[in-house]
Amino acid sequence: MNIVVLVKQVPDSGAERALSTADNTVERGSANNVINEMDEYAIEEALKIKEAHGGEVTVLTMGPERAADSIRKALSMGPDKAVHVQDDALHGSCAVATSRVLAAALGTLDADLVICGAESTDGRVQVMPHMLAERLGIAALTGARKLTVDGDTLTVERQTDEGYEVVTASTPAVVSVWDTINEPRYPSFKGIMAAKKKPVQSLTLGDLGVAADQVGFAGATSEVVGFQKRPARSGGTKIIDDGTGGQQLVAFLASEKFV
Amino acid sequence: MAEVLVVVEASQAAGVKKVTLEMLTAARELGGVSAVVFGGEGAAAQFADKLAEYGAQKIYAGEGEEIDGYLVAPKATALAELVRRVQPAAVLLASTQEGKEIAGRLAVKLDNGLLTDAVAVAPDGTATQVVFAGAVIVTSQVTKGVPIITLRPNSMTPVPAPASPVVEQLTVHATDADKLARVVERVAEQKGSRPELTEASVVVSGGRGVGNADNFKLVEEMADLLGGAVGASRAAVDSGFYPHQFQVGQTGKTVSPQLYVALGISGAIQHRAGMQTSKTIVAVNKDAEAPIFELADFGVVGDLFKVVPQADEEIRKRR
Repeated sequence: MNIVVLVKQVPDSGAERALSTADNTVERGSANNVINEMDEYAIEEALKIKEAHGGEVTVLTMGPERAADSIRKALSMGPDKAVHVQDDALHGSCAVATSRVLAAALGTLDADLVICGAESTDGRVQVMPHMLAERLGIAALTGARKLTVDGDTLTVERQTDEGYEVVTASTPAVVSVWDTINEPRYPSFKGIMAAKKKPVQSLTLGDLGVAADQVGFAGATSEVVGFQKRPARSGGTKIIDDGTGGQQLVAFLASEKFV
Repeated sequence: MAEVLVVVEASQAAGVKKVTLEMLTAARELGGVSAVVFGGEGAAAQFADKLAEYGAQKIYAGEGEEIDGYLVAPKATALAELVRRVQPAAVLLASTQEGKEIAGRLAVKLDNGLLTDAVAVAPDGTATQVVFAGAVIVTSQVTKGVPIITLRPNSMTPVPAPASPVVEQLTVHATDADKLARVVERVAEQKGSRPELTEASVVVSGGRGVGNADNFKLVEEMADLLGGAVGASRAAVDSGFYPHQFQVGQTGKTVSPQLYVALGISGAIQHRAGMQTSKTIVAVNKDAEAPIFELADFGVVGDLFKVVPQADEEIRKRR
């Protein structure tokens, strides 16, 4: 099975993040940039499928030059090769434009299965898998906590608020996964060394036949008008339980009309 | 006045969800309120009274197997057709997995902008979003096409405005590509009568400090006493104490209740991402240095197995 995994480089969600005052985009220059955590689960799932059914795993990333670090990190887990879409005109792209570019890149890769994380930790927009399926005219099985591959039939358990749905489709398809689906492997030393030699193909907008004015700020379908830091919360009363902690807690809740 | 399409979030079991009432309330500032119901046969009739109570002047019903038997794509197709026909002032959807997915497909179909996770929408369609774990407030606009905006649950107070809606049945023209992802089964899992996590006005969450799955009864008991939903930190979910759909945090649900109770939760940034816009936060943790206390309006440093039963007892007494 020919599997493509979408990998996005994002600012570390465990550290403070900011927007750029210059152009209201995510500040990536000064951030500690890492693989979007949920994408590691997508990579793991792809590798498991390859191990069980054979095939090839390709990492696809759209991002600036520095995203190459995340691509190497992804490859060190075990995928065979990578495609890096980079073009200065992409800066400022909205989700709609991003899906246009990724769909064009996927068009060159002839994937049976596209796997991605359910959302990125920076935007948390959660729309990319369905946008890509819409553009490519293929199925989208999203929010998977379990994926079963039987020949060309894919079945997922899709996490919902009420429980789960069992959803099925034939390949080709896009599947997005939550972090409940598996436990991503750590890259081995051998994997890290091997990753340095794995092929990474670089593609520009020109290579993909996407016009520069359809992406970036020029092609954006929405814009950030402004932003401000939200005032930080400050702690209130903190008591040490002296045997009446529960009562004092409820007294506070009562004073706030919760009890 | 142009219509505003509100895509109804509802389920047979839970009825019309609160976020729908919030959207109907917000929509009144933007234009004439039209609700769009997608579901099985009879879905619109089931939800009509509630939608009327909150100001729907029109209800579009997209019903049947063509809609209900497949994952989101037919809904987006029906919605796109409706948007082209009525040229609405805006389209509002819930910021849930499905709401966002429909919005994403709609945006591609119409080559139109979209904004997700709005907590407020101004009359001109400008949306307010809270990003980066609640650290930054952003205002955004759709600059191409009609504003397609998803609204985060518990962002505003629903206000009734009774109306007498007319119901229009939509003919759904789902394409073959829309029918590629077939829903085989819908399985309900434990939740009982508790409110939906993202919509609850009170959330009581347990973390690693709860110790094991069995002890989560303690969290559930307090949630029930306060009429709240149960949440869990990632550490608790990863340890198998509680199911993933109740996870609050960066890789789980974002909640914004009136009251958030954190029991045995240290308050890692990953957890704070999902709860720090809560109105009031209280915490019980045995570690006095736990970062959760930096957010808590009231914190008890102590053993939750002593503090929580005592608090439950006190709540019962005060009733």
